[in-house]
Amino acid sequence: MTALLAVRDIHKAFPGPDGPIPVLRGASLDLASGRTLALTGESGSGKSTLLHLIGGLDRPDSGSILLDGTEVTSLDDRGRARLRRESVGVVFQQFNLVPSLDVAANIAFQARLKGASDPSWEAHLADRLGLAPQLRKYPEELSGGQQQRVAIARTLAARPRLVLADEPTGNLDESSSEAVLALMLALVAETGAALLCVTHSERVAERMDARVHLRLGRVAP
Amino acid sequence: MNAKALFLALAPFPAQAQGFANLGTSIEGYALPQPGTAFTFPQDHGAHPAFRIEWWYVTANLTGPDGTPYGLQWTLFRSALAPDSAPTSQVWMAHAAVTTPDAHHVAERLARGGPGQAGVTADPFEAWIDEWRLMGDNLETATLSAQGPDWGYDMTLTAQGPIVLQGDQGYSVKSEDGQASHYYSQPFFAVTGTLHLPDGDIPVTGNAWLDREWSSQPLADRQTGWDWFSLSFASGEKLMAFRLRADEGAPFTAATWIAPDGTPTPFPTGAFTATPGDTTTVADREIPTEWRVQLPDRALDATVTALNPQAWMETSVPYWEGPVTVTGSHEGTGYLEMTGY
Amino acid sequence: MTRAGLHALLSHWRRHPLQLFTLLAGLALATALWSGVQAINTEARASYAQAADTLGEGRLTRLLPPEGATIPEATWVALRRAGWLASPLVEGRLGPARLLGIDPLTTPVQTGPIEEADTADLQAFLAPQGALLGREDTLAALPDTGATPIPSPDAAPGTVLTDITTAQRLLGLDGFTSLLLAPDQPRRQTPLAQVAPTLRLQPPDQSTDPAALTDSFHLNITAFGLLSFAVGLFIVHGAVGLAFEQRRPTVRTLRALGMPLRALIALMALELALLALLAGALGLLLGYLIAAALLPDVAGTLRGLYGAEVAGTLTFRPLWALSGLAIALAGTAVAAASALRRLATTPLLAGGTRRAGARWAARRARTQGLVGAALLLLSLALGLWGGGLVGGFATLGTLMIGGALLLPLLLDRVLALGQHLARNPLPQWIWADARSELPGLSLALMALLLAMAANVGVSTMVSSFRQTFTGFLDQRLAPELYVGVSTPAQAEALLAALPGTVRALPIASVDRPLAGLPAEVQILRDDPTYRENWRFLSAAPDPWDQLAAGQGVLVNEQLARRAGLAVGDPLAVTDALTLPILGIYGDYGNAVGQAILTEPLFRDAFPEVVPLSFGLRLPPADVPALAESLTTDLGLDPARVVNQSNLKAISLGIFERTFAVTAALNVLTLAVAGFALLMSLLTLASIRLPQLAPVWALGTRRATLGRLELLRAVGLSALTALAALPLGLALAWVLLAVVNVEAFGWRLPMFLFPLDWLRLLALALLAAALAALWPAIRLARVPPSLLLKVFSDER
Repeated sequence: MTALLAVRDIHKAFPGPDGPIPVLRGASLDLASGRTLALTGESGSGKSTLLHLIGGLDRPDSGSILLDGTEVTSLDDRGRARLRRESVGVVFQQFNLVPSLDVAANIAFQARLKGASDPSWEAHLADRLGLAPQLRKYPEELSGGQQQRVAIARTLAARPRLVLADEPTGNLDESSSEAVLALMLALVAETGAALLCVTHSERVAERMDARVHLRLGRVAP
Repeated sequence: MNAKALFLALAPFPAQAQGFANLGTSIEGYALPQPGTAFTFPQDHGAHPAFRIEWWYVTANLTGPDGTPYGLQWTLFRSALAPDSAPTSQVWMAHAAVTTPDAHHVAERLARGGPGQAGVTADPFEAWIDEWRLMGDNLETATLSAQGPDWGYDMTLTAQGPIVLQGDQGYSVKSEDGQASHYYSQPFFAVTGTLHLPDGDIPVTGNAWLDREWSSQPLADRQTGWDWFSLSFASGEKLMAFRLRADEGAPFTAATWIAPDGTPTPFPTGAFTATPGDTTTVADREIPTEWRVQLPDRALDATVTALNPQAWMETSVPYWEGPVTVTGSHEGTGYLEMTGY
Repeated sequence: MTRAGLHALLSHWRRHPLQLFTLLAGLALATALWSGVQAINTEARASYAQAADTLGEGRLTRLLPPEGATIPEATWVALRRAGWLASPLVEGRLGPARLLGIDPLTTPVQTGPIEEADTADLQAFLAPQGALLGREDTLAALPDTGATPIPSPDAAPGTVLTDITTAQRLLGLDGFTSLLLAPDQPRRQTPLAQVAPTLRLQPPDQSTDPAALTDSFHLNITAFGLLSFAVGLFIVHGAVGLAFEQRRPTVRTLRALGMPLRALIALMALELALLALLAGALGLLLGYLIAAALLPDVAGTLRGLYGAEVAGTLTFRPLWALSGLAIALAGTAVAAASALRRLATTPLLAGGTRRAGARWAARRARTQGLVGAALLLLSLALGLWGGGLVGGFATLGTLMIGGALLLPLLLDRVLALGQHLARNPLPQWIWADARSELPGLSLALMALLLAMAANVGVSTMVSSFRQTFTGFLDQRLAPELYVGVSTPAQAEALLAALPGTVRALPIASVDRPLAGLPAEVQILRDDPTYRENWRFLSAAPDPWDQLAAGQGVLVNEQLARRAGLAVGDPLAVTDALTLPILGIYGDYGNAVGQAILTEPLFRDAFPEVVPLSFGLRLPPADVPALAESLTTDLGLDPARVVNQSNLKAISLGIFERTFAVTAALNVLTLAVAGFALLMSLLTLASIRLPQLAPVWALGTRRATLGRLELLRAVGLSALTALAALPLGLALAWVLLAVVNVEAFGWRLPMFLFPLDWLRLLALALLAAALAALWPAIRLARVPPSLLLKVFSDER
């Protein structure tokens, strides 16, 4: 089984008041299709940054990110936009949704951007995530848990090869957190996508097939 | 144009001595009064355009049927713009006023010479500006009229005595520097006529005084104003006296004592004194409206009091002029003119 | 604490100088626009007042000689000696200037310039060679006369004052052109009929007051002033709102640190007042520069249009400055009041979710829209049934405010429709996003709407005025040459000397009341000139044949409107002559009513009036030769032999200047509205990231988002422009058909200039694009990390 994602020796620094602050210092990891991987680490260990780099949301200073045979680091702005649109799906901790669109439009948004909208699949996702009664509502009218369900539905509606989740339940209380996580894992499994989930929660990490721990910008042995 | 500015330059008043000085060339080319000049009438009733300035000046003390005292003034000034004696070089200004114990009506007229809007002819005598006129045969008898928007007068004047030459046979000296004018008066006019006042017409009688004066430079530069008295006493005697104030030094005074038969006696400077008494605030100025006048040589020591202290002439060149009463050593009435305040 | 608080508040500006700049610039621009327009207006009005004071025309009764004659000096003297306080006037043209000869000794009007002149000048004034008093520029343009020029800065512009004798000499006139009567006449006068039976009294007449006519042009500028005021208020509102929005975190922190809300509000109010004063002062300076740049054109316009003179220079007027500062302060106060209220009612830790604000704004937009619609209905009712000039302006006001208030709701509906119709996700999002952005932009868009509507309205009015007027000139100035003589004998000689191929059309009129109104009766010879050129507003069949047959009269629009006359109504021209009205013609620029009588009837009715002016019809090629021979052979005054094409060229030149001013003001208002848009977009930019970040994260490039921002601003502006067009046309209609009729008695037909609209639209879109460009570029370059913060930051 070849790796869907191969990350090698990624370096990334952000500008700070006293010069660049290195955040990633040679991080590497692999993820195979259909697998789930937890990315854990202390606050500031660079786990979110690594996720962003993999998702083509930002570009590393050096290193290689091979996603499904594509070298992400060599993509230009246009290419990375296409990558985000077509190959990956991202679920953030919060503010995932387009505020000006209603729930139905949000769910379909990425799939339609990709040109792969499948209304019955979208309806199925909404159904599975318990969003059917909320389809005409706007994001701000939903609870945090409901918003994250919409974000998951939207991500999976586009059938990405790789789902990236950044503390997807970090803003939720314990019970909805559990429900959202369970649904996400079930649906990811249903689509056959791989999942890379950044979390600092031991409970969340335990639910994944494997885990990688980042410390000071590197994968801890 | 508001004629004010023009007459600031041209008016024959000492208040505008500065204006004269600024004109610079003003007396060049004009005739100057000469002592010993004999007057001939009626010619000298007319204008003397070779001289720069000249006036026909009538004041009258009047009494109404109820004994109320009134005063009137009728004045025509001539100013030459150029010494060429041409009618078009003359500018005319006239003031008319009626004074009652509690009101003072004033009007002013201006005219250019030439077209005939204003002028003076000697024979038959007529002095006019617009519809205002003083007209009569050799000034033995005359009619006098003037009017404003809501007042006016029509008077008949009859001379009861001779013409009086002022100063030295009509040569009236105005300063130690020798400024002088030709000056004669007819102080013996009896008057009857009608005052048209806003409240109605009032028949009046009284006496009037005509002053005629012409000159080219009547005052010295340093002289700032004058106080001029024409008084008629119950005795039939009359007094013309003036006091020319200067920047510094004592005022220059002159007086003519006129006997009831018209015989004049001139007095040199210093013989006559006038001392300001109570003042009245008139047009934001302090004006002495009560005077002590003295001519020791004639045992005159009297108080001259304004009939209406507010007799202010709000004209292009403002001044005070109004009827007065005389009490003290001599009793009588008269007119007082004060300029330069 | 106060000092620390103030320091914290002010430090924000030090860290964000650009924001300080936009706040100050917004306030300053609003003040500048308002005060600039005000300055032009004030200056022009002051010049009229000066001219009117100097000459006293229109406010004093005049004695006029018979047509074509002058008043002999002897008649004047006779009047004076009969108790009439009359003062002679000699009027004419000297080169480019109006020469006014007065008698300084008797004139009843105040002549400031002469009073100020010094004594030597006064002697010169009355001296034989004479003196000419005027402004330096006026004097410089005079031909050499031999008279002493005396510069007098207080003189009425374009007018040269001189003594009557000098004027008579320079104009070659005997006698006087009229006599002015002093307001206070003596108590006793000989009746006029005994002294001067040929003179007639002309009572004070508003129509001779140049201010009455120039008001037509002022209306133009005043409309701009009012609208620029409204635009300015919107901008101030936007600028202040920006200042509050940007410092929300500072305020929150200060409050969390224990700063009392009341003290904080007082501090911010104080700070804003100081900034408003500073910006107001800058605005005044800017407004002064605007006015100074435009004033020569305005002056030229007024000079040419009505002969009323406005000095081309600006004087500083304290009232004007005060009103400008007051606008800056009041506008800031109004804008700050709502912002401070919001601050006072916001809970300390409220995150202020944007959508909540937006929903509240949407509700408000609905309420506003309803009020706006109600105002538009009120405006319609006022326009149809309201009366008077006040009614006209009320129509104008309700129309503009109603339109502005309705705009956000209208745009929201259009965008909702667009969203509904959009098939693709990105366009759908764009529509939806534009909708959500609307509340934040509505003020700026309302300002843009008003600016554009004002432009459409005023341009349409001015263009219609020009179109009408030039058409009217073609109609009226058909004769190739105009000739005037002074005496009936000269007239006979002139007619005898004309070649047989030349047709002479007599021109003469008599002032007399018609239908109880001040009016004039004009002579008209039956000639193809009139039949071919004149157009009627309404007429009976064959009006020319009937007029020629003496079966009726023609009246101008003013007379018809004021007296409520229609075609067919009888009109008493004289006591003995009553005729039906055959037609009503437009007579623009004339203040009084007019009736036209065919030549034979006119000569019967007014035998004393001998035409001394003639319009000559001849082949255009022969004009120069004839003009030459009339002046050299017949000795006619060259000033009174006027080539028609010159007249037209002068008239058209006037309009060009009017257009220059209008166009400049157009660009200015649009620029200011564009600036308002820029500030609104900048305000939104910082709080829009949560809207954009998800779209970006889902695979849209920042550059695309930037382009879309630009597109959205331009699109919203285009929609606003579309809304502004009908509003502007309605404005033009109110100006032309309501306000003009009430103010001047004639109704100008409205012409449409679609090309102008396109140009304006392009200009508006350009302004919007320029305003959106910078925020869009900033967005295209925003670092991804900033976008990513959206997903993790606590906001």
